Amino acid sequence: MAVLTDASGSPRGWRLRTGKDSLVRWFGWLALVALTVFCWRVMTADTIWVFVQDAPTQAADIFGRMVPPRWDYANRLWWPLWDTLNIATLGTIIALVLAVPLAFLAARNTTPSVMFVRPVALFIIVASRSINALIWGLLLVAVLGPGVLAGIIAIALRAIGFIGKLLYEAIEEIDERQVEAIKATGASGAQVMAYGIVPQILPALATIAVFRWDINIRESTVLGLVGAGGLGLALEASLNTLAWPQVTVILLMILATVLVSEWVTAKVRRAII
Amino acid sequence: MSTVAAAGYPRAWRRPPFFRNRTLKWALVTGAVVYLLLALASVEVNWARLSEGWLRAARLFAGFLTPDFVSRWGDIWQGLIESLTMTVTSTVAGILLSVPIALGAARNLAPWWLYGICRGIIALARVFQEIIIAIFFVAMVGFGPFAGFLTLSLSTIGFLAKLLADDIEEADPSQVEAVRATGAGWWQTVDYAIASQVMPRLIGLSAYRFDINFRESAVVGIVGAGGIGATLNTALDRYEFDSAAAILLIIIGIVMLCEYGSGMIRKRIQ
Repeated sequence: MAVLTDASGSPRGWRLRTGKDSLVRWFGWLALVALTVFCWRVMTADTIWVFVQDAPTQAADIFGRMVPPRWDYANRLWWPLWDTLNIATLGTIIALVLAVPLAFLAARNTTPSVMFVRPVALFIIVASRSINALIWGLLLVAVLGPGVLAGIIAIALRAIGFIGKLLYEAIEEIDERQVEAIKATGASGAQVMAYGIVPQILPALATIAVFRWDINIRESTVLGLVGAGGLGLALEASLNTLAWPQVTVILLMILATVLVSEWVTAKVRRAII
Repeated sequence: MSTVAAAGYPRAWRRPPFFRNRTLKWALVTGAVVYLLLALASVEVNWARLSEGWLRAARLFAGFLTPDFVSRWGDIWQGLIESLTMTVTSTVAGILLSVPIALGAARNLAPWWLYGICRGIIALARVFQEIIIAIFFVAMVGFGPFAGFLTLSLSTIGFLAKLLADDIEEADPSQVEAVRATGAGWWQTVDYAIASQVMPRLIGLSAYRFDINFRESAVVGIVGAGGIGATLNTALDRYEFDSAAAILLIIIGIVMLCEYGSGMIRKRIQ
């Protein structure tokens, strides 16, 4: 609140906040600083500072090993690259198939039961979203064994929550008048869905799907670190054998893949909108 | 009526086609089908291993129904403390470093050379996923949460500085001009004209980033950068699915709390 006077009532120039307000804020900041310092102390209790001081030397050493890259290794990366692409694409497709009905169950205006079905759908969405694809990968590799299949399912499980959340928000924001107009023609439930709701959310769905595919490409490049196939598998193998010149090639490959997928996404989005 | 219909007016309504160009449509459809077949054919499925997997999946699912918080509680607690402290410190450090970088990366405040440097830093921080950055930090500073702290701070900069810089560039220039017209210096302009405009967004983004940092803190442990991810990795390596389920439930719970909290903060600010 802006005040123009001090406690005695005489004008002493403009201040942004009242005295009490700034005191509360001051204590808030103090608490934040104290919390940060406390967390820092707890976190670094076991840190060996000699290693940290050594970091610039280590960084220079690693960089020295990484160049020159072993370019001919790139020829052995085409198959992992294909796997990465498949993990992202098939994972996105599976996620879409599962997330669309889930979103309809979670949206307030289309759910069959706000009391019972909606909370379950929302919980599935939150649970899927809170666990990173890498952790899903870790779980699925333990269950299904290493391979591309675990990667596809990991990507799908993570993407369900993402697509489901954005889509159910889109469904809740549709124009109800169009739905009512279709209903007024005597349309059945399925017809209302097909002509009243779906056309309204289709652009949103397409954008979300493409957006998620881009993220999935990024994530599938590293999923191999936990054994779930793709470029990450080659990265893990090269890191374990300390083959740093190969690591450089893989990182450049990942970078190129991500840039291409971003370019494709931008193109497709422009075509849709 | 019938004469009108005979004159070629359509009597029934049809949906407008999705693709205007038929050749393009069929080319895309065939391409998609061919790709799908090739992709599905190249997925190697080890059926023997899969049939074994059902048993494990059942055990994992049973683990979720009866999570075991107790027998590995020491490890879980240790991982949780590491994750939480890492999240707090890296979010704070990330914000502190993002603000000056964002000011430098806003074209309306910074000269072109500073703009180039700061945008370069942001691009560099955004290029690779957290886990790849974590691998390098672990190699540099050794195992433990400090490597995770460095990783999360760096990716916080990439996220926060970019969005904040974009926001500063979109700030209303008339307010900046008004404050400048009073004879304010550079600092005063930033403080009174820019900060007041972007502060709500900065707080909202910071709350959101806190949430992301916690989720990521569960991941960087896989490559040895400390946190609950390391505990989870160990539990899964030992096939202790009930402990793993307990860890996952804790992660989900904390993420839900964080999301709820950051949602509340954002709602209060707007």
